[in-house]
Amino acid sequence: MKADATLDCVGLYCPMPIYHTANKIKELEVGQVLEVMADDEGIKEDMPAWCRTTGNELLGIEEEAGQYKVYIRKSK
Amino acid sequence: MSDKESIILVVFSGELDKALAAFNIAIGAAAMGMEVSMFFTFWGLNIIKRNEGNIRSKGIMRRMLNFMNRGGSRRLHLSRFHMIGMGTWMMKRLMKDVNFPQLEELMGMAKGMGVKFIACTTSMGIMGISKEAFIPQVDSFAGVATYLAEAKESRVNLFI
Repeated sequence: MKADATLDCVGLYCPMPIYHTANKIKELEVGQVLEVMADDEGIKEDMPAWCRTTGNELLGIEEEAGQYKVYIRKSK
Repeated sequence: MSDKESIILVVFSGELDKALAAFNIAIGAAAMGMEVSMFFTFWGLNIIKRNEGNIRSKGIMRRMLNFMNRGGSRRLHLSRFHMIGMGTWMMKRLMKDVNFPQLEELMGMAKGMGVKFIACTTSMGIMGISKEAFIPQVDSFAGVATYLAEAKESRVNLFI
């Protein structure tokens, strides 16, 4: 998936990935896609929850060898 | 009152582990776009005491209490396995090992995201702690009515 910005949260535990995501997404325009890379398994549940609450669109989560790539479209 | 959802945490405990949990939730909530208030009372006041200098108070009992209960984010103990500081030191090391921020860093992040710190004036009065004992990041000094008014408007309400 193509992203407009990438955020590296590999090695970070909750709540750091959502903390950095919340800050990073402010730099994006509505409609742009943010890619978050992480390796804490909690991200699989936390990022959808973060998107639901903040009203951003979760485009998908890719998993490869214990690493996750989460794609979020800024919706507002 | 804004239309944003809000959360208020009563932070009653002054142990490092409970403080970490409280700030973890506070930062998470702020990242979720919520307005966050933390109401520090009783032992929880230790978390927001400044680390430097002496805490002055009047009367022998209060002076003794504030000597034994000095507080400050860097002086907090774990609620279990403190072991004269060794356990707490090890836990801080373990956190560092996995790049987890220390309590002071979490407090800075929370503040940077607009989390409000409220100190309980009743506890301050009983224990003889003056405003000067606290870090400058404390937003207000208030009592139970402030907490309840905020709690009534909040969707999430925690006592830690």
